[in-house]
Amino acid sequence: MSGLKAPFRRRGNNVIPGFGLSMGVTLTMLSLIVLIPLASVLLVLRDYSFAEFWRVVADKQTLATYRISLSCAGIAACVNVVFGVLLAWVITRYKFPGRRILDGLIELPFALPTAVAGIALTTLYSDKGWIGSLFDKIGVKISYTTKGITIAMIFIGIPFVVRSIQPVLEKLDPQYEEAAAVLGAGRAETFFRVVLPELLPAALTGFALAFARSVGEYGSVVFIAGNIPYKTQITPLIIMNKLEQFNYPAATSIALVMIVFSFLVLFGINLLQSKINKIARGS
Amino acid sequence: MKKSILSKTTAAALGAFLLIAALPGCSGGGAVNTSGNTASADASNPTPAGAAKEPAAAPKSVSITNVSYDPTRELYERYNKLFQEYWLKEKGQEVEITQSHGGSGKQARSVIEGNEADVVTLALEGDVDEIRKAGLIDEGWVKRLDKESAPYTSTIVFLVRKGNPKNIKDWDDIVKSGIEVITPDPKSSGGARWNFLAAWAFSNQQNGGDEEKNKEFMKALYSNVTVLDSGARGSTTTFVENGQGDVLLAWENEAFLSQKEHPGDFEIVTPSLSILAQPSVAVVDANVKKHGTEEVATAYLQYLYSDEAQRLEGQNDYRPSNPDILKEFGDTFDLNIKLVNIDDDFGGWEAATEKFFADGAIFDQIYKR
Repeated sequence: MSGLKAPFRRRGNNVIPGFGLSMGVTLTMLSLIVLIPLASVLLVLRDYSFAEFWRVVADKQTLATYRISLSCAGIAACVNVVFGVLLAWVITRYKFPGRRILDGLIELPFALPTAVAGIALTTLYSDKGWIGSLFDKIGVKISYTTKGITIAMIFIGIPFVVRSIQPVLEKLDPQYEEAAAVLGAGRAETFFRVVLPELLPAALTGFALAFARSVGEYGSVVFIAGNIPYKTQITPLIIMNKLEQFNYPAATSIALVMIVFSFLVLFGINLLQSKINKIARGS
Repeated sequence: MKKSILSKTTAAALGAFLLIAALPGCSGGGAVNTSGNTASADASNPTPAGAAKEPAAAPKSVSITNVSYDPTRELYERYNKLFQEYWLKEKGQEVEITQSHGGSGKQARSVIEGNEADVVTLALEGDVDEIRKAGLIDEGWVKRLDKESAPYTSTIVFLVRKGNPKNIKDWDDIVKSGIEVITPDPKSSGGARWNFLAAWAFSNQQNGGDEEKNKEFMKALYSNVTVLDSGARGSTTTFVENGQGDVLLAWENEAFLSQKEHPGDFEIVTPSLSILAQPSVAVVDANVKKHGTEEVATAYLQYLYSDEAQRLEGQNDYRPSNPDILKEFGDTFDLNIKLVNIDDDFGGWEAATEKFFADGAIFDQIYKR
């Protein structure tokens, strides 16, 4: 590392030149696809007073939707981290017939139109469906309750966790585990003190992605949620409702709150991650 | 060992495939289908002699887009064929009609946001009027066509399970405790607003106009609602395919359709009082001027009032607006039902929306805690 600290210092010694061009293309794309649409959200709100904004976003019914959306997404992301690690582990560490198929199936939630997933899950988990009827016998209703919302969110979130962890696991040399075993660590100790710390940053990324996706998910959740105000109404639905009533500023206000939530979660997780990385590097 | 893993993975894969296979007839919003195939007809069909003689010969084919709402899918599929034949005979011109369906409010919004519909055929006058407010439809569109621009009407009825096990006869039966009601969310669904207003009108009649009692009635009704889907088709699916609830508040035509698709599983109960639902149709002036389709688009809507089309609407379980043809369907529809209507009993859509469905209005108050 040299003493030069200019932020845009060109790396003259880079093998592939073209920093200017590639940076330009990157910024243009980023602006067109992310920054300008986000900024236009604010533009819709330019005639809105803060009092109006606050009335919409702090409305009792809207507050209830935040609670439902965030708690369901949180639970779903936690479940996904546990099962995602397990799934990634099974896929990377064991050789068994059908492994590739299983590997491919994990991406199904990405590929399937979310509405299709939502309708299928609703049918299966309703008290008349194959799975739902089993749970109904013990008095548990899944479709049209927050449990159903959580299940839909688990479904759409799982690939994020698996795909975040998989590459790390693949690179993780089994020799570490062998070394731990040789040095006298038990199986649990090996997992929790050797493997898990390596996986933690990736698991956190997976958690953040799955959580952010679940909070914003509309298509699949809306079918399985009963959409009853205060009980099973999610925030994206209330945004859609405001749009259906041609109330663009109100919809945008709530959307803005969602953006802030997601940003805070992603920011917090990044912070945590950099801390963990520092600990891992021992600095 | 290996064998058991194999069977487990196959089971997992099988499970996932079954998940896909278990899909019921998905009717996601905004499906588009095009009827008529002008391209091949053009190639094989030289200019008709008659058309060529005219000085300003109309193009051999024209295409229009009809943006409609959910339950009209089957109706317009058949009507488009009828109109294509009529227009070919009348003008020697092929018409290609692109059809789009979805929740009425959503469809209106898509037109406002640039979906270049030539005509809209939506569930609510209010939705069409939003397009007017955006400047795409001229003022006074309601009066441009007969019967307030509503060529067919419908009403709200109850769909119950076979044998009517909960003995549901009228609105006051469905507010009783222990009855599960399925209806869409009036915030997002045009059909749901008709449901709400019909129930309100019944209560209003029972309680002699006491608003507080009406609110209590509606509160009792909506506390029985177990699933509040975002659109009418969603509610039908919830009730019919997923077996939820004891009674579905439905468009009459949707109720008939469910009955036809599942013969013997459901019964239709017509309440003593309901509401005259007038789905509105209009030419989108700004778009037809741009496309040069004013003539054919206007004819497309006017032909909805012709005897043939009115009969077709009756066959698709919409009530024809022509009283003579409606009488021909006396066996299908309960013509004795007392129908209130939006203009006389609720002061029009704008007033009704303001009073019942705006943020913080009566519908929100019902759920307020």
